[in-house]
Amino acid sequence: MTRVLVVIGKYASLVLACLFTLVPLVVLLFTGLKSTAEYATSGVLDPPKNPTLANFVRAFTEAKMASAFLNTTIILAVSVVGTILLGTMAAYALDRFEFRFKKTVFLLFLLATLIPGVTTQVATFQVVNAFGLYNTRLAPIILFMGTDIISIYIFIQFMRSIPVSLDEAATVDGANHWTIYSKIILPLLTPAIATVVIIKGIGIYNEFYIPFLYMPSRDLGVISTSLQRFKGPMGTQWEVLSAGALIVIIPTLIVFLALQKYIYNGLSAGAVK
Amino acid sequence: MSSDTATGEEIVLSTADRPAPRPRKRRSATSTAPARGWPVTPWIFLLVPLALLITFGYVPVANMFWYSVTDWNGVSKVKNFVGMDNYVEFFTRPELFGVFRVSLYYLAASIIQMSLALYFATILSFSTRFKNLFKGILFFPYLINGVAISFIFLFFFQPAGTLDSVLGLLGISQDSLPLWLGDPAIINFSLAGTSVWRYTGLNFVLFLGAIQSIPGQIYEAADLDGASRWNQFRYIIAPSIKPIISLSFILAVSGSLSVFEIPFIMTDGANGSATFVIQTVKTAFNNNKVGLASAMAVVLLVIVLVVTWIQRMLVPDEKVDIA
Repeated sequence: MTRVLVVIGKYASLVLACLFTLVPLVVLLFTGLKSTAEYATSGVLDPPKNPTLANFVRAFTEAKMASAFLNTTIILAVSVVGTILLGTMAAYALDRFEFRFKKTVFLLFLLATLIPGVTTQVATFQVVNAFGLYNTRLAPIILFMGTDIISIYIFIQFMRSIPVSLDEAATVDGANHWTIYSKIILPLLTPAIATVVIIKGIGIYNEFYIPFLYMPSRDLGVISTSLQRFKGPMGTQWEVLSAGALIVIIPTLIVFLALQKYIYNGLSAGAVK
Repeated sequence: MSSDTATGEEIVLSTADRPAPRPRKRRSATSTAPARGWPVTPWIFLLVPLALLITFGYVPVANMFWYSVTDWNGVSKVKNFVGMDNYVEFFTRPELFGVFRVSLYYLAASIIQMSLALYFATILSFSTRFKNLFKGILFFPYLINGVAISFIFLFFFQPAGTLDSVLGLLGISQDSLPLWLGDPAIINFSLAGTSVWRYTGLNFVLFLGAIQSIPGQIYEAADLDGASRWNQFRYIIAPSIKPIISLSFILAVSGSLSVFEIPFIMTDGANGSATFVIQTVKTAFNNNKVGLASAMAVVLLVIVLVVTWIQRMLVPDEKVDIA
């Protein structure tokens, strides 16, 4: 008897948690699909009677979503490629060589993970400004690339499982360090690179504060900032705002459904460094 | 029977030992391989990463310490040295120092969040129907863009919004409901609740991953010995996920001090919902008091470092120490 109750309790708690998670999202979908007239007259929890995509069209054009997706894509692609190159290079140097001050360099990278990024922006802003990067796409790109320590740890962890005998064999065959790095290490790091692409990609796609602070220009809006700026003119037109939020969420949902397993593994790898 | 257990143990031992021989082999190799290397080579590979780390990681922190003892407004060419004035101002003005109180809501929320995550990770680690569906649903909010989440919950909490309507279905009169985001006594509960909705899935997946990395034979052995589910949790699951719980706790403490995105977009820090970081950012960029804001940022940095140090003292985690 208690067994049955335990099982019922388990599934009841799971269903309840899923309802908590899903109700706000389902209401968002309902609202986004309602016409302005229907939104005004129907209850919040009522499903749309005549679903329409008009709000999506309005949100996409009026929030300049096309240019937002383009900016996000450019920043994401350049930052991710840069992170991979710099991260694997740093990891190669730190894992495969013994040199003076190696411990100091490690400590520098380790300490940097402890600095809460949002707060130091007060001072980072002045540095970015001094380089003339303010209001350019380079500002977020450089910050995403230069301050990503987690990926270096993921690369080092993975590189430890690549036998040094491979490097040695290549050295015997006359390969120099650059060749070893680019022809042996980099290709073997592919699984770690995939992990970093996923974690970093999600992070950059969702990042709000850095583009908000460094790219106030309307033409440089990324999806987060474009969506946030859309709130002002739309005020309480929730059917259009909901559609705007859904436009941002749908690509995430597609990526999640396609890459579920890799995302779960990637996050675990990122968290335990 | 005994042979079964013996092979079981062997498998456990071999999986536990597997990572160890590699570093041992590697260490002997590294001592010879790099000797042939040119001493400048590692520095060439480190040049750009280190330059960026120092320029955008350490120079700002150093500058921040310097700004914090000046009256700089962020624009002017003159920075007057004012000693500890900014720190004194921060600790003595209640409206500034009060932001710590707001952090407590988020700290409480993260404890609830971690308990929920641990509960769901534990029950889903046992055989469950629709396991992947439940896992996916509980996790997905973590992936959603923060601005979109803010929109969802602005609508959720607005008068006659999602929450009020759901409570109405449960028979609660609409007139008795408060303004979830308008009442300073309630707003931080609403915002901290949003944070629980957003982040529980991350903790949950991390805990679940840690639990699932426990070899199945251990549970089988415990089942044979007649251990209850609770004892399996207490003596098998809890000890093996201790490192990830401790790490999550430290992230929860520093996370609740640096809450920013959700309250910034949803309420812009109004009605007593300003968090430490919102207050710092406003002090710097809206009130042009970069000196005072830097002092606040230094205080936050010191708190985070101290909390992390205490955690490292209490729970030495060999995984983090890879140098």
